[in-house]
Amino acid sequence: MTLAPGRSTDLPISDADPFSHEVLEDPLPFQRALRDAGPVVYLSRYGAHAVGRYEDVRDVAVDWQHHESSAGVGVANLRVEDPWRPPSVLLEADPPRHDAPRRVLSAVLGPRALRRLRDRWAADAERLVDEVLARGTAFDAVPTVAQAFPLRVFPDAVGLGPDGREHLLPYGDHNFNTFGPPNDLVAKGAPRVAELSDWVMAQCAREALSEGGFGAAIWAAADRGEVTAAQAPLMVRSLLTAGVDTTVHGLSAVLYALATHPDEWARLRSQPTLARVAFDEAVRWESPVQLFFRTTTTAVRVGGAELPAGQKVLMAFGAANRDPRHWADPDRFDLRRDPSGHVGFGMGLHQCVGQHVARLEAESVLTALARRVRTIEIDGPTRRHHNNTLRGWESIPVRVTPA
Amino acid sequence: MLGGEQQGARPRSGTDRTAVQVTEKTPIADGVVTLTLTAPDGARLPDWTPGAHVDLILDNGLTRQYSLCGDRWDAHTYRVGVLLEPASRGGSSYVHEQLQPGHVVGLGGPRNNFPLVPAESYLFVAGGIGITPMLPMIRQADLLGADWRLLYGGRTRGSMAFLDELEVHGDQVHGDQVQVRPQDEFGLLDLPGFLGAPRPGTPVYACGPGPLLTAMEAACAQWPSRALRTERFVAAEQGAPVRTAPFEVELRRSGRTVTVPPDVSVLEAVAAAGVEVLSSCRQGTCGTCETDVLAGVPDHRDSLLDDDERAANDCMYPCVSRSCSDRLVLDL
Repeated sequence: MTLAPGRSTDLPISDADPFSHEVLEDPLPFQRALRDAGPVVYLSRYGAHAVGRYEDVRDVAVDWQHHESSAGVGVANLRVEDPWRPPSVLLEADPPRHDAPRRVLSAVLGPRALRRLRDRWAADAERLVDEVLARGTAFDAVPTVAQAFPLRVFPDAVGLGPDGREHLLPYGDHNFNTFGPPNDLVAKGAPRVAELSDWVMAQCAREALSEGGFGAAIWAAADRGEVTAAQAPLMVRSLLTAGVDTTVHGLSAVLYALATHPDEWARLRSQPTLARVAFDEAVRWESPVQLFFRTTTTAVRVGGAELPAGQKVLMAFGAANRDPRHWADPDRFDLRRDPSGHVGFGMGLHQCVGQHVARLEAESVLTALARRVRTIEIDGPTRRHHNNTLRGWESIPVRVTPA
Repeated sequence: MLGGEQQGARPRSGTDRTAVQVTEKTPIADGVVTLTLTAPDGARLPDWTPGAHVDLILDNGLTRQYSLCGDRWDAHTYRVGVLLEPASRGGSSYVHEQLQPGHVVGLGGPRNNFPLVPAESYLFVAGGIGITPMLPMIRQADLLGADWRLLYGGRTRGSMAFLDELEVHGDQVHGDQVQVRPQDEFGLLDLPGFLGAPRPGTPVYACGPGPLLTAMEAACAQWPSRALRTERFVAAEQGAPVRTAPFEVELRRSGRTVTVPPDVSVLEAVAAAGVEVLSSCRQGTCGTCETDVLAGVPDHRDSLLDDDERAANDCMYPCVSRSCSDRLVLDL
């Protein structure tokens, strides 16, 4: 990143491209430069401002009064550009319209609602790990574990039918690409958009969702008048859009971290209740959701600078989660650390509504692995997955020794 | 404003998310004051939605619930309206007679048992101090472009709070959108006349004294089920008085016991004992630190549990919640 002194403002200006393949392959140098340049940096390439220090990212994330989501949480300003699909009633909404869908989904996906899934998912994870180990001790952790487990339990929990589940990952991947600029990653997904969108929307209908699932619970809330019949399918769509890829990348992150930190793996094995901490530490360390944008609703001070209304502000969650101004030795993956307060799930009223689902999935998988696997190590070249919003892995070959 | 004497205020750390400071106290009608509340360190207060209330834990040991009636686009200020109840058991009289700007009181919530559901039209009926949750609801209905009407009753015009704020919706501007009906001028509220024929898709929100709500139930008998949404103002007694003295927390699985002094959260005390509890928002809203309670009575300060879940005493959010009993036993 090259920095030039600002002209009309005193802000540092950067022509870095956070969506270039170079940055997507390794965002850490960009994150460091962003943090060190100042509290707020002007990204000349996108005409947007960016914050990368923990305090500033957190401040922008919680301040929905001055940083709206309705204008889109990607590069595009939906006030002047057409969205590629009807906007989300959660991610791309603000109070007051955001209130009812958020309230309902917070209850449907809340920790108390998930208690009934705990035992089932623990058993599912045990079964998956048994199946994987039965096939051999060398495997690619991304498809066989990080993708396989969410795809096994989450669509069932939503109440989807058996057919077409293979559409979930490409749909989610494309969705998260669209928050970036219209680059090659967006173009890659474009040919299938209509087909994937049609399938996803068909799954959101009341009739498509089986009894007892998250989807049916959303429709039951619509029957009680707590959300409208127009909001309900879009809320189900949010589950299908944001509930799979993110978790897959979160699981990949923690598996990679543990495979490359044998001491931490040993610590987890000796103290399996650290599974939750391990997952959140990995979410901090890797930040599967790297960034989202807000748009200023009025002139507002951010990081000591006054930004005018209507400005796109990039919240660099990944940079904040490794900000040495907030975290001691931030680049270290460490289960002795308390990762609480990281912004890997965002913060404030848009904070990931599915975070408890992700934690329960990860806890199930890690607990099962810790019981069955004595050592885990990287076994061959790993490969990154590039996405404009998400940081993840395409491939993590590992070799394990069963316990 | 800020900087008043700290008399009567308990010691609180600057970042305590379970305390608010009274910055203004204003008489606004006969027997009604509004309190303006801010975080002692000036930080943002937890987010809320129309219909929400907070628990204020007063220095005389009483906990009272008050609807938030301010502007949530101001993240740093809460406003509540408090009626001096003739039969006060110490809550409203304490607020009216003892509580002063500068004082710090305990905070629980906000929680919302009375949320505004999405609709294209609303009817609001308020009796007396029951107007408080209606103020943000009305503002929200306006923001959403929904049709709404308000029937507002009280003993006398002088006892009815916030008439000035409702004036903008008065007869000249919005026709009969707001009907102010003091009993000494108009007699009992004409509920059937206000409600008219049942209209599917129009929620009816009512808040006020018990007899009004009972009358509303009768008046809405022909309306679709769930059309009537009410909040009763009852001074619910806590199972046990909130304590300001230290308490003990036993961590059953770890075999440790820690003492939690008044200015330390359970989460902090547990962490200091070397037991990790993952948390995130640290204001009782996200649910990350949910912890099972094996014995004892928690003093719930979160925004998550409803009344039944609170009464079950089987879980708590240690980032904000504390203890009513001398000892809590947690599954940690």
